[in-house]
Amino acid sequence: MPTRELTIGFLPLVDACLPILAQEHGFAEEEGLHLTFLKDVSWATVLDRLLYGHSDAAHMLAPLAIATTLGRGRPAQPLVAPFVLGLNGNGITLAKTLADKVCDAPGFGDPARVGAALKAQVAAARSAGRRLRFGVVHRYSSHNYKLRYWLAACGIRPDEDVEIVTVAPPFVADAMASGEIDGACVGEPWNSVCVERDVGRMVLATAQIWRRGVEKVLAMRAPVLEQKRPEVEALIRAMRKAGRHFVDPANLALNARILADNRYIGSDESLVARAISDRLVLSHGGEAVHFPDFMFQYSEVANFPWVSQASWLYSQMVRWDHVEFDADDARKAAAVFRPDVYRSAVRSTGDDLPAANSKVEGSVSQLTQVGSQQGSITLSKNSFFDGRTFDPEDITGYLAALD
Amino acid sequence: MKIAIVDESAVRASIIEEGLAELDNPEIHILTERQGLLARIEEIGPDIVLIDLGNPSRDILEEYFAVSRALARPIAMFVDESDDDAIAASIDAGVSAYVVDGLASNRIKSLLDLAVRRFNAFARLQSDLAEAKGKLAERDTVDRAKRILMDSKGLSEPEAYAELRRKAMSSNRRIVSIAEALVTAHDLMGD
Repeated sequence: MPTRELTIGFLPLVDACLPILAQEHGFAEEEGLHLTFLKDVSWATVLDRLLYGHSDAAHMLAPLAIATTLGRGRPAQPLVAPFVLGLNGNGITLAKTLADKVCDAPGFGDPARVGAALKAQVAAARSAGRRLRFGVVHRYSSHNYKLRYWLAACGIRPDEDVEIVTVAPPFVADAMASGEIDGACVGEPWNSVCVERDVGRMVLATAQIWRRGVEKVLAMRAPVLEQKRPEVEALIRAMRKAGRHFVDPANLALNARILADNRYIGSDESLVARAISDRLVLSHGGEAVHFPDFMFQYSEVANFPWVSQASWLYSQMVRWDHVEFDADDARKAAAVFRPDVYRSAVRSTGDDLPAANSKVEGSVSQLTQVGSQQGSITLSKNSFFDGRTFDPEDITGYLAALD
Repeated sequence: MKIAIVDESAVRASIIEEGLAELDNPEIHILTERQGLLARIEEIGPDIVLIDLGNPSRDILEEYFAVSRALARPIAMFVDESDDDAIAASIDAGVSAYVVDGLASNRIKSLLDLAVRRFNAFARLQSDLAEAKGKLAERDTVDRAKRILMDSKGLSEPEAYAELRRKAMSSNRRIVSIAEALVTAHDLMGD
């Protein structure tokens, strides 16, 4: 019987799938591990339970893990992230009337075109004395940073031209229905819930803003990693196996059923199936649109915690918290991501491992072979929609160019 | 001292309110509605905000405390790191506290202690335990099913588990439901 135990905190979102499926399908047991789950309804509580030892590890917004380490908003507590739970998986949904004005595409819109049309609507609203308001799940979330990145690149100043507020995912559809917000950047199944209730239309996927953007991580307190290193490495291996199972279309229906269960996401099975199959219904009663990049949980070493991803998030924290770049903070932020732990966990399994720990983000514009420890790994496009690239060695240069 | 209790459970909120009445001259406001929460907080201008950990408005409230300039005095999550034990006790009990800058820490401590006691009292009335028991039962079921297969088919433990899992995958069901079926069948058939 498994003797090693880990308790995992999570928020009911589709991208909490890997630890859940690792337990449900027995991949954890294969590694001698038994996982118990703690479900909560706010990130604040997921974080509190992690910091005060109710959970050993948690499904966590990557920027929140960095903010906690840097002591933003509360006393600093070093967190580490040895595994990326997935890339992207979020959508931008706009209230129907606004969506119809800025996006006439039947599928996902083009980010630059939708942005240009939105800019005109933002200006119109401002001259009528109001600011459009967008919901994000948390200030320290990739949702917030990708939404802001897109708006700013389209000439819309996030804190001046529009308002960005925090809305808990389960309330996004209500907030959109009541006119409290005009749009939101949120994970699944909550965009689909807006579509089903016919209060909004999904116009963009965050994968269109940054095609391989980091989303949730598995986070834990730094001392817990040291105390439970064998368990953590076993969990990483179990989650890689769960990922391989997850991306096999043959397992889709079963996985949707497990994840939709009340103990986990507690949502309609068919809505969960849309996200995990990358087939989203964008407007009420519409046909499903297949967008294979929508959420990315396994291929192209998606779970590898690239240090450059943490650095990009830190750059956005400097940008939107309106603070000065600090070399010491930049170093601490980068050190939250722990590729060394990931490497050590999978080394013996023959799984893909890149040769480097960091890369210039957004620089891969076509299928590219990158060096790995055995042979090579093929990475496909990872670009930002505006064509910029991020060199983690030059954060200040990057930030200067964005202003 | 103005205290705001944010709790969607009106019953629990009133149990806490009753407990806090011991304090010296408290002015207690109970907020059970999600709608208009921030506006109410702004209106009250509390010294302390207590909110249960299961409340979905926590992220919204924290964001408000972090960025809003609407409150005359800034509110922070807890007071300082020296109160770590008190904070840990409150998290264990399921309540979090946000406190205005400059409130004396002994006053906060006694208030938190009372709140924690009240939260714990409420929790005992609840069936949280039943849920935890359900989870343990699930694991026991899988262990029992493995034991049955090991005994009846002479399998090793990993083989027994692999058998349950293979059946679960091929029939599109959860491992625990296969295990339940097996245990039930076994109970019916006798040893």
